[in-house]
Amino acid sequence: MNADSLVVLALAVPLAGAGLIALTGRNPNLRETVTIVTSLALFATVIGVAVAVFSGANPRTASLELFTGVELGFSVEPLGMIFALVASGLWIANSIYSIGYMRGNNEPRQTSFYVCFAIAIAGAIGVAFAGNLFTLFLFYEILTLSTYPLVVHKANAEAVSAGRIYLLMLLGTSMGLLLPAIVWTGVVAGTLDFMPGGILQGKLGGTALGLLLALFVFGIGKAALMPMHFWLPAAMVAPTPVSALLHAVAVVKAGVFVVLKVIIYIFGIEFLATTGAGDWLLYVAGFTVITASLIALRQDNLKRRLAYSTVSQLAYVVLGAAILTPISVMGAALHILAHAVSKITLFFAAGSIATAANLTQVSQLNGIGRRMPWTMSAFAIGALSMIGVPPTVGFVGKWFILSGAMTSQNWIAVAIIVISTMLNAAYFLPIVFNAFFRAPDNPGGKDHEHGEAPWPMVLALTATAIGTLALFFFPDVPFTLAAMLVAR
Amino acid sequence: MISSNLPALQVVIPLLGAVLAALVRRGRLAWLIALAVSWTMPVIAFALLRQVEAQGVVSYALGGWAPPLGIEYRVDLVSAYILILVSLMGALVMSYAPRSVASEIAPERQAWFYTMYLLCLTGLLGITITGDAFNAFVFLEVSSLSTYVLIALGRDRRALLSAYQYLIVGTIGATFYVIGVGLLYVMTGTLNLADIAARIGDVENIRPLLAALAFITVGISLKIALFPVHLWLPNAYAFAPSVVTIFLASTATKVAIYLLLRYLFSVFGVAFVFDDLPVTEILIALSVAAMLVASIVAVFQANVKRMLAYSSVAQIGYITLGIALATQTGLTGGIVHIFNHALMKAALFMAIGGIVFQTGIVRIEDMAGIGRRMPLTMGAFVIAGLALVGVPGTVGFVSKYYLVTAAVEQGFWWLAAIIVLSSLIALVYIGRVIEVAWFREPAAGIEAAREPPLEMLALTWIVTAAIVVLGFNTDLTAGIAGRAAEVLLAGMK
Repeated sequence: MNADSLVVLALAVPLAGAGLIALTGRNPNLRETVTIVTSLALFATVIGVAVAVFSGANPRTASLELFTGVELGFSVEPLGMIFALVASGLWIANSIYSIGYMRGNNEPRQTSFYVCFAIAIAGAIGVAFAGNLFTLFLFYEILTLSTYPLVVHKANAEAVSAGRIYLLMLLGTSMGLLLPAIVWTGVVAGTLDFMPGGILQGKLGGTALGLLLALFVFGIGKAALMPMHFWLPAAMVAPTPVSALLHAVAVVKAGVFVVLKVIIYIFGIEFLATTGAGDWLLYVAGFTVITASLIALRQDNLKRRLAYSTVSQLAYVVLGAAILTPISVMGAALHILAHAVSKITLFFAAGSIATAANLTQVSQLNGIGRRMPWTMSAFAIGALSMIGVPPTVGFVGKWFILSGAMTSQNWIAVAIIVISTMLNAAYFLPIVFNAFFRAPDNPGGKDHEHGEAPWPMVLALTATAIGTLALFFFPDVPFTLAAMLVAR
Repeated sequence: MISSNLPALQVVIPLLGAVLAALVRRGRLAWLIALAVSWTMPVIAFALLRQVEAQGVVSYALGGWAPPLGIEYRVDLVSAYILILVSLMGALVMSYAPRSVASEIAPERQAWFYTMYLLCLTGLLGITITGDAFNAFVFLEVSSLSTYVLIALGRDRRALLSAYQYLIVGTIGATFYVIGVGLLYVMTGTLNLADIAARIGDVENIRPLLAALAFITVGISLKIALFPVHLWLPNAYAFAPSVVTIFLASTATKVAIYLLLRYLFSVFGVAFVFDDLPVTEILIALSVAAMLVASIVAVFQANVKRMLAYSSVAQIGYITLGIALATQTGLTGGIVHIFNHALMKAALFMAIGGIVFQTGIVRIEDMAGIGRRMPLTMGAFVIAGLALVGVPGTVGFVSKYYLVTAAVEQGFWWLAAIIVLSSLIALVYIGRVIEVAWFREPAAGIEAAREPPLEMLALTWIVTAAIVVLGFNTDLTAGIAGRAAEVLLAGMK
């Protein structure tokens, strides 16, 4: 099978999986087998596409014209390849983890949970492989709509109101800002296709260009750039595998991916750099990095602290793009990967703690490392990666962003990165320290009479923790793709 | 022989069908007649479309009396497009109808119901196909009178009041229309639309023409339910039998919009209406008001049918907005939304019809957990609702993309903002139903509720599938709409 048809297959596999999951809903063991097999099949397919991309090919499908100027079509480039590998690879870990979590917590309506999950993955793959803005928009919305039932999964008043915020903010930004931005681009440029070097050169300039960039950047609500970030902490009411999906696998990753994609393939890095229309983005991203870290520092709820950490880390990616040097853009692309594997590990650990020990607050975690050594070791690795300490993958992305900032002598960006690294350390390290080196608060009480979480959860979080380390030592694949991205 | 008489058959067959249905007196048999007639109509409409595409305008002299003295039936791309919409919707609705009608209308009245339905269909098709101003008035009255009866057949006693309310408004509208036609006749000496269009440029004193334009526009606006003369519509939709609501929502106002298009573009002409008069400004203002006010009112409705009815008023605003812009893109967006909105509202009201059939529920609060009992029905509701919001992959996106593009092309940024704002309000009222239906525990009253009968479910999903398929393949909708817009902008020459 050639790479072009593999692109279509990569979209079809999770959708077919969703159908099969729905059909096998009465038999949970069979249903979970379908989920795992589908995730493996998808990863294999995506690797097949990646092999072609590595050989320098640009797998693509024919475009189907819906109406004048609007086409449905796919075209795979290195950045999308990174995102697709991240999403499909982490889906495997997330599926294994979900089985442990959903069964361990006796969650209701598990079939619809897995169905929506598979559709969301299809949405993410569609976003990754989209060949033009319309196709991207279509799958971006599919991703929003298929994750909404997951956020509201618990169906209590809190979940419903969080779902309301989630849907209104994500659809509000995409319908209200992103769609007009796409229409405007189409009217001005006469095409919606992603092109290396951008499509707006000579078509738009001055304030209008900066305004269009703002419509895009804030219209992509999934990137959670302040002030469009409120939905992310609100969505924390969802089950932990959903949080992992939101924060690591698909949703926010789709957000920053789209921001990068638009800056690289619609505006063009050089065009933006020469016009200066994107300079303001550096400050918005920097503000978000620092402010979100400061808020994270004050959160006692573990998942909320992680959520604000995500907001801050996403702004790193945007910052890398906003520095507008090839090397910082590489760093941004690599940081998508780095944040994904690290943050999924952290969320897995948080869910594992909640399932085994029924604890949700940071202040309750003293001494828990002794009871749950696997979980807390993985948490420590994830935390170190988020701070950017070698030998974790988090170091790699940050290194490139920092190098880009230094080579372009962008001292503001350098300062932002340094300050935020200290803040990251300040809100992560105490958790790790207290878990391992402090005595439990009430050693005699029943709170700590527990061991590790169910084995699928431990397996999944160990695997992603190992991945966090392994990608530091073997960064060839993402590194090559990132290099190809800026070489074009 | 048959192919040359298709324009007449398009109207004569349902008229004869109505007589036949009245004579048989038995509900079941009357339904079969209505069904057969309804499925013949789209066949004729598509055949007419092919003739139009092959030879341009199809002109038919009724009774052999040559126009402009005799009545001319005249089919161009615009009318063929509307004929297809109305006839197709009629066929789908009749396939859906039998059990819903049997459960909501007394047995002795069912044959009359189908008679009235066929008369209404006759009137709607007649308005669309005729090229004669007065003949259009006759068909307008045929469709209106039968609609009053259809609405009054609703189970709720308030249906009578709603029908009466509509009767008053509809009569005023028809009167205004006929006054306008009278003025046109006085000034041009002809009732044939193409003939009026040809002679209108020679009229020296334009004041009577302005009056005619005003009377006709206001008269038709009442039938369209253009904001702020929409007040009859929510009650009519809410209290009419389910099948009637589906049919009216997807056809009646659409035909009135067609008539407006005909007069503004073909008869009076773009230059007269849009360049010399502030029609664009007035229509945009009313459309925007409809899109915002009616949407907000929809959010606060307790009855789901009323909610969807207010949504219709808002969506009509989208259509008239496209018309008001009077550019190729805008007009295409408006015309394509005529079709797309018909599909969405048909699917939504069909889903609600299924719920009413099984549970009798129309209040949103009572629908708690109904999505878990009737997942297929509510699934269709969700998809059609998302189309209303304009989510890509549905027909709603196609319309919205055209309209936003048209606004941006003109540099009307605020207008683009209002279009997207209005669709976000749609998200709020649709989301409200979704929350109640899917994320609440099923209420005691609906524990035993099941999916509606097969044909109702199947039809609901056929229309829902069309919402998605036509969101990707737009040859039939945007394709024809684009060419129809060209025809309209070129005027009737």
